[in-house]
Amino acid sequence: MTNRLTTRFAELSAYNRAGFVAYMMAGDGDSQALLNALPAAGADVIELGMPFTDPMADGAAIQASALRALDAGMTLKKTLDQAATFRKTDKSTPIVLMGYANPIHHMGWDKFAKAAGKAGVDGLICVDVPPEEDEDLRTALDKHGIALIRLATPTTDDKRLATVVANTAGFVYYVSTTGVTGAGTGAVTEVSEAVARVQKASGLPVAVGFGVREPEQASAIAKHADAVVVGSAIVDAMHEGGVTGATDLVKRLSSAVHTARR
Amino acid sequence: MSETVSADTRPNALSAWPDKKGRFGDYGGRFVAETLMPNILELEAAYEAAKKDPDFKAQMDLFLKDYVGKPSPIYFAERLTEEFGGAQVWFKRDELNHTGSHKINNCLGQVLLAKRMGKTRIIAETGAGQHGVATATVAARFGIPCTVFMGATDVERQAPNVFRMKLLGAEVVPVTSGTGTLKDAMNEALRDWVTNVKDTFYVIGTVAGPHPYPAMVRDFQSIIGREARAQMKERLGRLPDACVACIGGGSNAMGLFHPFIEDEEVRLIGVEAAGHGIETGEHAASLKGGKPGILHGNKTYLLQDDDGQIIDAHSISAGLDYPGIGPEHAFLHDAKRAEYVSATDDEAMEMFQLCTKLEGIIPALEPSHALARVRDLAKELGKDGIILMNMCGRGDKDVPQVARMLGVEL
Repeated sequence: MTNRLTTRFAELSAYNRAGFVAYMMAGDGDSQALLNALPAAGADVIELGMPFTDPMADGAAIQASALRALDAGMTLKKTLDQAATFRKTDKSTPIVLMGYANPIHHMGWDKFAKAAGKAGVDGLICVDVPPEEDEDLRTALDKHGIALIRLATPTTDDKRLATVVANTAGFVYYVSTTGVTGAGTGAVTEVSEAVARVQKASGLPVAVGFGVREPEQASAIAKHADAVVVGSAIVDAMHEGGVTGATDLVKRLSSAVHTARR
Repeated sequence: MSETVSADTRPNALSAWPDKKGRFGDYGGRFVAETLMPNILELEAAYEAAKKDPDFKAQMDLFLKDYVGKPSPIYFAERLTEEFGGAQVWFKRDELNHTGSHKINNCLGQVLLAKRMGKTRIIAETGAGQHGVATATVAARFGIPCTVFMGATDVERQAPNVFRMKLLGAEVVPVTSGTGTLKDAMNEALRDWVTNVKDTFYVIGTVAGPHPYPAMVRDFQSIIGREARAQMKERLGRLPDACVACIGGGSNAMGLFHPFIEDEEVRLIGVEAAGHGIETGEHAASLKGGKPGILHGNKTYLLQDDDGQIIDAHSISAGLDYPGIGPEHAFLHDAKRAEYVSATDDEAMEMFQLCTKLEGIIPALEPSHALARVRDLAKELGKDGIILMNMCGRGDKDVPQVARMLGVEL
């Protein structure tokens, strides 16, 4: 599958540069403005959070952000509208939607995939749909050229890894620690070994996330991973400092990631 | 009905589900974060092995008899029968179990399984506190540290159970996220499990969650129906015309229903909590007022809005205050093998007092819901009819709340 994700990771690889993946929550604050500003602040890939009432795999920061977004009237349809608005002016930065199954299932796998494709979405991370349950969703996404991105974790052994990377595309998201989002990363040496293992098994780029907050951490991981994901810290910065606060943090983090291998 | 179950894996009998993927028709499954998948698969394998192990069964049987107090009797509720003026009303007295509800049947099984798997820490979620108390009890007996997640709202309205859990040595964690009820406690328990996957066993209290929980909890609770079925035959020489039970997640109902599923002449009736009334939107009746969706590891009927966001349930009864229902109930509902009705807060309050006055049995608010529909059914079936209701819990825990609602200061 060739889409913006493949192109973007090929570019990064050509420059021997790790990518920076910025996560933000759709509907929390002026999220359209933040979304539009992220590429200029250094985001190579954008993960756009789809708010859900019961985000079981997320920590306090992202859960609170989702509830603020829902209180402000955010919906899945409006999230897709924000992606579409972004895509009118940015043709190259990949957007990956991240969230939970129920709102997507409620819209209908096919209807969602079609609408997401039309909005210029490139990938989907659906946290609570493991490979065992994703056939219908994956079939729908395939039709519209959207990559189903899977998560590998420290509990994923080699046998399990084969199942996880089968039928996946775009990149693999390596969750650096057992725990919820924002919980803190595992030791860098362990992460580096895991990244190599996932790269080998999948033949895909590997992005590392869950708990990266500081430029120093991001830089250390960027020496080994194809990309570094930051979520909770950006969500907090947006809540506390608005679009300026969030983009300032993204600039510092992306700069640390982009220069890590020099 | 199903898009994902292939014809060759479909069990023939309604009672033979789930299939190998943990599906009951189109419901159930394993919708969890990848971090938990290895655990879920490990649990499934361990449970399958335990089921076949005569030592495990012998240990279960011994503790069920000597510790839980099984078998619980069936009881002819003669004065309620007179009051309702129709069919005979019989109770399966699972409120007489140690800890005062059916919950311990399942906790015993899961804690023994945890021990067998070498897990060194137990976590659980609880609504009314009955499952939390039962888990803390069995964990105390086997010397395993136990943490119970409980919605902050429920901590307040179920204070006696919170203190019991603490006495039993459990740590009770009040959950303030969301509305601070059972669903939020379950979210928090799942978060804990994701963080402590290696050493921790999650004792889920109802027939929901990712496979194998719905089937495993049902199997452990089926002792209710197996005993009752044999007892009815022995005492009355026949099966009841209807089995009735209340439903939050649905564990006591599934435990009662399952051994009767192939008895086509026996009606199976689940009573959901209608709260202030289904028409008000403030209720916990997932089948009557919800739509199929995905939450907490399984596909089932859920209370949700037009965007697929989960709507908070409402019920006077903390044990029924859950926006979902076990996937096997969703399956039996669609297959029309079981009937699902509801009872309001007010009806439950009325039955709580009526049963106490007439039978000298203080029922929990949960089975008080079931009793409201037993009243209608007794009239419908007439004098020749026999109704078996699971008295799944005793009401001591609800006394302070009921007193408050009746304006009595204790």
